[in-house]
Amino acid sequence: MLNEIVLAGFGGQGILFAGKILAYAGLMDNKEISWLPSYGPEMRGGTANCSVCISDDPIGSPLVIDPDMLIVMNEPSYDKFIENVKPGGTVIVDSSMVDKECQRDDISVFYVPASSLADENGMTGMANIILLGKFIKETKIISLDTLQSAFEKAIPPRKKDLIKVNMNAVKIGMEQ
Amino acid sequence: MSERSLMKGNEALAEAAMRAGCKCFFGYPITPQTEISAYLAKKMSANGGLFLQAESEIAAINMVLGAASTGTRCMTSSSSPGISLKSEGISYIAASDLPCVIINVQRGGPGLGGIQPSQADYWQATKGLGHGDFHILVYAPASVQEMVDMAVNAFDKADQYRMPAMILADGLLGQMMEPVTFPEIKPAEINKSWATDGHKNKRKHNIINSLFLTPEVLENSVIARFERYKKIEETETDAEVYLCDDAEIVVCAFGATARVAKSAVNLARDKGIKAGLFRPKTLWPFPKNELLGAVKSAKAILSVEMNMGQMIDDIKLATECKIPVSFFGRTGGVIPKPMEILDEIVSVGGAF
Repeated sequence: MLNEIVLAGFGGQGILFAGKILAYAGLMDNKEISWLPSYGPEMRGGTANCSVCISDDPIGSPLVIDPDMLIVMNEPSYDKFIENVKPGGTVIVDSSMVDKECQRDDISVFYVPASSLADENGMTGMANIILLGKFIKETKIISLDTLQSAFEKAIPPRKKDLIKVNMNAVKIGMEQ
Repeated sequence: MSERSLMKGNEALAEAAMRAGCKCFFGYPITPQTEISAYLAKKMSANGGLFLQAESEIAAINMVLGAASTGTRCMTSSSSPGISLKSEGISYIAASDLPCVIINVQRGGPGLGGIQPSQADYWQATKGLGHGDFHILVYAPASVQEMVDMAVNAFDKADQYRMPAMILADGLLGQMMEPVTFPEIKPAEINKSWATDGHKNKRKHNIINSLFLTPEVLENSVIARFERYKKIEETETDAEVYLCDDAEIVVCAFGATARVAKSAVNLARDKGIKAGLFRPKTLWPFPKNELLGAVKSAKAILSVEMNMGQMIDDIKLATECKIPVSFFGRTGGVIPKPMEILDEIVSVGGAF
């Protein structure tokens, strides 16, 4: 089983970090994984995205062109990727940032006002993690326990207070 | 076997170099390889080594020449335009019979080109990385794990044959993260009695030199080097052969492109097309015999590269043009898609 995921948004929204957490979750589950960031001048202020593959078999191209799953945090990225999502795919949209509704009826699209929710809950900047919570709830490809251990692995010991904060954000996402 | 960790190709390679006993790193930043420098800047001193950011690529490669002269394991890294700048120094190092490791995390070219992944330095690395009669060992990893394994091997082989070894990676491998494990590394014990490491009046002093004004002397030194190259061509080739036993079409690809090509080969097999993949792991020496073995039942070869077709000549030479070779590639920093390669396999091989 190969799950191809794209996360996309503005530079600074934590797109690459959220992707890294998914990759670490795959690592914890003993899966084959790859994480490939977009790199270059577009990362400053422009759009940033990353491809994550989680698979039972060795991964060919780490570059995801037609994702099974998409997490999207701004409108340019929504416009860029929404048509490429495979039929049957799942899309999680930060609806505080994307004022559009998907017309496709062959994919499941979930709208979470993640940036507003983050601000309301005193966790500004953690919309990415709230979306991750919604993502694991709808796709079920990663368990909550696995996600917890992914944070433990990815966050350095000197910042370990952040594990709890991240898990709270995940839970807010899962309630949506 | 140690624990699986998640690392970028560039970082994993840097860690592997330290574990392989690299004590000196000289570099200059350039995308997409800068994580190698950044990683070693943090860790090299704590590991009893030296990290130095030089004032230019040219300075860095000449520092490598100096450090290598003392028998110290040393390395430099850059990306395509930076490697061109280093080429004079690499020729001097080859001419001085010195071991070192050079990393090229390729980006699109020519000129300043772009910063996205490319394989357009195949010719440069395998045919003409500097002036004069010489070769360097060229390894082409296709995964983060191979960035580690090949870097370790490159240090050993460079020492063994007293010549530069290059890891020819690309921006995709440098930037991507994958699980990687670091095996127990025992750097090969190699006698370096040639090194200029201080004679303390106890032995004749050694000289490291690349200037030979008497033609016969220079000729002899080049011939001696080519005798070594001959042995290397016989013993140091390596390749991955995948589903080639009954393959009617063999896709040839190296490095990151081979991953994409492998996906395409699997898709072709699903369609009932007898496709296989041949992946050279050493680009110089080119694995001729391994290729001949892989194309035994092939009616066509398809070379897939992130350039305009630089490996085709080597494939044709190895197979003596007995099997038609076609080409599919993207260049300038565009990564080929599995479906594009599949279409090509179908159009070349679907007719059999």
